[in-house]
Amino acid sequence: MAVTGAVLVLFLIAHMLGNLKIFLGADSFNHYAEWLRTVGSPALPNRTVLTITEIVLAVCVVLHMWAAVSLARRAAKARPVKYAAKRKSQANGYAARTMRWGGVIIVLFVVWHLLDMTFGTVNPEGGDATPYARMIAGFQPDRWWVALFYLVAMVMVGLHLRHGMWSAFQSLGLTRRPQVRSTLQTTAVAVSAVLVIGFVAAPVCILIGVVK
Amino acid sequence: MNLTLKIWRQNGSSDKGRMVTYRVDDVSPDMSFLEMLDVLNERLILEGDDPVAFDHDCREGICGMCGMVINGVAHGEQKLTTTCQLHMRHFKDGDVITIEPWRAAAFPVVKDLVVDRSAFDRIIQAGGFISVPAGSAPEAHSVPVPKADADAAFDAATCIGCGACVAACPNGSASLFTAAKITHLSLLPQGQPERESRARAMVEQMDAEGFGGCTNTGECTAVCPKGIPFDTIAQMNADYLRAASK
Amino acid sequence: MKFRRRAQQENAQQENAQQENQGAEPAIAGHYRVGDPIRDTKAPEGPIEDRWDKRRFSAKLVNPVNKRKLTVIVVGTGLAGGSAAATLGELGYKVKSFCYQDSPRRAHSIAAQGGINAAKNYRGDGDSVYRLFYDTVKGGDYRARESNVYRLAQVSVNIIDQAVAQGVPFAREYGGLLDTRSFGGTQVSRTFYARGQTGQQLLLGAYQALERQVAAGNVEVHTRHEMLELVISGGRARGIVVRDMVTGEIETHLADAVVLASGGYGNVFYLSTNAKGCNTTAIWRAHKKGAYFGNPCYTQIHPTCIPQSGDHQSKLTLMSESLRNDGRVWVPKRKGDNRAPGDIPEDERDYYLERIYPAFGNLVPRDIASRAAKNVCDEGRGVGPGGLGVYLDFADAIRRLGREAVEKKYGNLFEMYERITGENPYEVPMRIYPAVHYTMGGLWVDYDLQSSIPGLFVVGEANFSDHGANRLGASALMQGLADGYFVLPTTIGDYLAGAGSFGPVDEGDVAEARKAVQDKIDKLLSVNGNRTADSFHRELGRIMWDYCGMERTEESLRKALERIPELREEFWNNVKVPGDAEGLNQALERAGRVADFFELAELMCVDALHRTESCGGHFRAESQDQDGEALRDDEHFAYVAAWEWTPEGPVLHKEELNYEYVKMTQRSYK
Ligand SMILES: Cc1cc2nc3c(=O)[nH]c(=O)nc-3n(C[C@H](O)[C@H](O)[C@H](O)COP(=O)(O)OP(=O)(O)OC[C@H]3O[C@@H](n4cnc5c(N)ncnc54)[C@H](O)[C@@H]3O)c2cc1C
Ligand code: HEM
Ligand code: HEM
Ligand code: SF4
Ligand code: F3S
Ligand code: FES
Repeated sequence: MAVTGAVLVLFLIAHMLGNLKIFLGADSFNHYAEWLRTVGSPALPNRTVLTITEIVLAVCVVLHMWAAVSLARRAAKARPVKYAAKRKSQANGYAARTMRWGGVIIVLFVVWHLLDMTFGTVNPEGGDATPYARMIAGFQPDRWWVALFYLVAMVMVGLHLRHGMWSAFQSLGLTRRPQVRSTLQTTAVAVSAVLVIGFVAAPVCILIGVVK
Repeated sequence: MNLTLKIWRQNGSSDKGRMVTYRVDDVSPDMSFLEMLDVLNERLILEGDDPVAFDHDCREGICGMCGMVINGVAHGEQKLTTTCQLHMRHFKDGDVITIEPWRAAAFPVVKDLVVDRSAFDRIIQAGGFISVPAGSAPEAHSVPVPKADADAAFDAATCIGCGACVAACPNGSASLFTAAKITHLSLLPQGQPERESRARAMVEQMDAEGFGGCTNTGECTAVCPKGIPFDTIAQMNADYLRAASK
Repeated sequence: MKFRRRAQQENAQQENAQQENQGAEPAIAGHYRVGDPIRDTKAPEGPIEDRWDKRRFSAKLVNPVNKRKLTVIVVGTGLAGGSAAATLGELGYKVKSFCYQDSPRRAHSIAAQGGINAAKNYRGDGDSVYRLFYDTVKGGDYRARESNVYRLAQVSVNIIDQAVAQGVPFAREYGGLLDTRSFGGTQVSRTFYARGQTGQQLLLGAYQALERQVAAGNVEVHTRHEMLELVISGGRARGIVVRDMVTGEIETHLADAVVLASGGYGNVFYLSTNAKGCNTTAIWRAHKKGAYFGNPCYTQIHPTCIPQSGDHQSKLTLMSESLRNDGRVWVPKRKGDNRAPGDIPEDERDYYLERIYPAFGNLVPRDIASRAAKNVCDEGRGVGPGGLGVYLDFADAIRRLGREAVEKKYGNLFEMYERITGENPYEVPMRIYPAVHYTMGGLWVDYDLQSSIPGLFVVGEANFSDHGANRLGASALMQGLADGYFVLPTTIGDYLAGAGSFGPVDEGDVAEARKAVQDKIDKLLSVNGNRTADSFHRELGRIMWDYCGMERTEESLRKALERIPELREEFWNNVKVPGDAEGLNQALERAGRVADFFELAELMCVDALHRTESCGGHFRAESQDQDGEALRDDEHFAYVAAWEWTPEGPVLHKEELNYEYVKMTQRSYK
């Protein structure tokens, strides 16, 4: 869980940085997309690195989901009879409690997101347009609901990461001392916040017309 | 005050069990929760009914025997409090209170609110000790222990083995209980020689007992009547990883 | 303070003297007979500091190969039983351990708060084995055996080593060394502690050692099993009959020796600081099978407990005595004054301890403080629900030291008080009342901890051994662990060395024990009356508290001896126990225990009646000096009263106490 989660976090950081290039203009962004596909050329055929990344990502997501599902199944087995009274959380851990269905929302988002940005199936510009065009078109004000969906999904991602990262530190046994613990807790919150803001920046700016 | 109780009744481990509603009248706010149940039971006995079975002994929050899920919260909503130390002044006239046993596959129901927690004993058997035969101990002052370590070990050692952590954990995990003992012993110099084998054996036993895995949701430490710190789980994970990587 | 005439006491002494002359003739109007004195307690002769070594050397050893073939039953998993079972398992015996809780870790020892004594002299403040020995004999009001107490003090040192090695997290100082404090009025600092949870930490140490032996296959633990009968065959203890409290099955377990470590019987008073399940059944059954009961009337009452809040009260909670260092005890001067404490002006308050004992004031010893509180409440000046309480007021201390300092010293106790009572002791005075806390009496044992039944050993609070008429604070934990880790494992070996010749257990003896258990259960279930066992227990407790409690008189004890048999009779005709014997039936368990308490209560009253002196925890109002101090009668009562059970009533065997090392003196607190 921690390992696959960590790979996914690294991907997200890279992905966010890439997305921020949108502020540097269409060329820069398209260039970046292009570079993604040609990196390593000519030593490697086009798309090699990208494909490897995609495979690693896909494997991680699958393993991550598999781990999440087996934990959930183990939990169900560990408590075959449920409580009659609604269990009230005592740990004020909203992020912690939304891990499972939050994760599912994220996956649904990714599916839509791929159809939208990578294949262009649900994108007004279609699959053949440049990535920049797809982005701009995707988040036009008349498609505010798409932007909203992205926003909600990003908040989910943020919550998932906030707990997920901290939880990974705990699972690795790094949070034994109170000072270290609070530092790592802050780190998790900060990284998630930066990611959410970084991701949200592009759609919002397009929506309100700062980036055209 | 007058209360309505919805209590889980289950006549033995093979019975399916059901929630049954009772009324108790004239409950004094000074009663403890268990004394309120005593009142109900006295009445049930005189009416020829089967009194509600529940575990308890010390009634002062230290033996770890009592424990029930009250309105969805292990040991009730009062923080750092066992059921026996919960008093009725925290309830209001007319309240409806739901009372259920700890729910976990590793804690099968024996009867009504009584569950079998012997899985905890087996986790301790797996390694929750320091091997020292009587009479062979060195002079107590031969190994000084820094006060900070002694205090932290003590914080972990106060676990009363009640099982509320398991009851509250959404995954039915016994991590906090197991971690408390591992931490207690691994913070002391005396505990070092067996440190890794202990962590490994205890964690494996915990899994073998059918407890769930920990996803760090922290419900356990929030309901723990002794406030066993969350850090203990990190300590357990660290010791376990160290042992497993060898 | 009322001064009672000494004459009554002298009469009683005469009566006693006569009875001695008459040998085994009935005394005190048919309540008991006097049997042969006990002459040999098996303590070795010679200088006191060599006796334990001598005994260890003379004890026969069991061949390691044979140990595996020898089974020892240990009833109880508290400090005494847990440590004994773990150590015997480690030595290689086959051990079967029993407790009524769901885990050995829950035995009542878990609740001990204050600490454990040991003569380590880490402070260099003049402590020594000899001083601990001396303090314990004196504290026990000269009613304990010198040899036993000396051994206890010697072994105390090893207990701390053992516990530390097991990882018991005792309090430490900044240098990393163990911290100690002074406790219960001793002048040296010899009490080791682990915050307010010393009993818990020591018990967990013993429990973990026990579980280690379970994993090693040397010990079998039977939890939720209640011992209901002892099996005697060929004149030796050879097993027990238990009820599996989950399935209801009656099981027989046989062995080469039986150890009882079943704790104290303070719950005969219904309300006490003991856990709800504490009972006398194990030792009472053994007593009825021939084990002598030593000094049953010696009970310790603790002055600072949280008072009862109503009839629903199920147990009492102890508060540390240290509170009396800064709190002032008072009640209203006027009877029935039920104004709020804050509304009672200073000149209408009676700081009665300061008034009666100007020198010691609020710090008079436990028993004096307890009796004084009872007296003012009996006068109708008690406060709180039912008028059973006195104020322990911190207003002055808060004014003098500041709230912060008080909080630092007593914060956790104040919190505990508020949790239970809902009152904030920083703002309103605490209410306290005395409560039964510990029973010094128990099954009589010799120096080897063997009872009068061969093969039956008794350890911990269940025996009568080392505390005489009064136990010092922090000494019960010490005794339990001394017995279990160090003494018993040695002495039982001497007995077991001869085990090969004991022969098989007679089936008739087993059948008889099982039948007794079955009959009692059947009877309890068949009465089908209209009172619960708890209601009888509450009434019995009330009788014991009123008539055989802190202050006893011939009159009150005679009254108790009238009332108890009547109530017992009613119990057997009118108790209602629902359900059946199959499976978990907590009402049945309770009824069985109450039935035994009835019989024990009577013996306690007989013992209290016959001992016309006051000593330690036994205060006969007829025997006090003009200051209200307990007055011992060493000439007639310097003995252990070991009671034998017979169908015709109890028979008293006296074990003379001789003091070679500590000179007997009367204590004084004015
Ligand atoms: C509130 C409180 C505070 C105290 N504080 C201190 C202190 O600070 N220092 C100190 O030295 N002492 C203290 N004491 C006294 C001390 O705790 C006890 O005397 C001591 O722990 C008794 O230990 P034990 O092993 O003899 O018995 P227990 O710990 O009482 O164990 C009895 C065992 O016997 C078992 N048992 C009983 N009956 C049966 C049966 N019929 N069948 C099967 N099993 C049975 C029980 O399951 C249990 O395992 C305190 C006592 C109380 C009540
Ligand atoms: C179906 C989709 C998903 C589900 C059901 C899911 C579920 C979970 C669960 C239950 C955890 C908790 C593990 C623990 O606390 O130890 C978790 C952790 C984590 N998740 Fe997800 N998740 C999903 C998708 C994602 C995605 C897409 C990412 C990243 C982009 C991600 C990143 C993380 C990280 C970093 C962790 C922390 C790992 C750890 O705790 O050891 N997850 N996930
Ligand atoms: C608002 C925030 C986001 C924006 C604007 C965004 C934008 C994009 C764009 C433009 C692409 C296409 C890149 C290309 O084809 O070259 C893309 C691809 C992708 N995005 Fe996002 N993204 C966002 C958030 C996310 C999140 C949160 C995740 C995962 C949890 C994610 C996962 C992916 C994946 C897996 C791809 C495909 C990469 C590949 O084909 O290798 N994105 N994104
Ligand atoms: S960790 Fe806390 S909740 Fe869990 S068993 Fe120990 S005391 Fe109970
Ligand atoms: S509640 Fe459960 S998930 Fe882990 S942090 Fe506690 S064991
Ligand atoms: S009864 Fe002992 S902790 Fe509640």
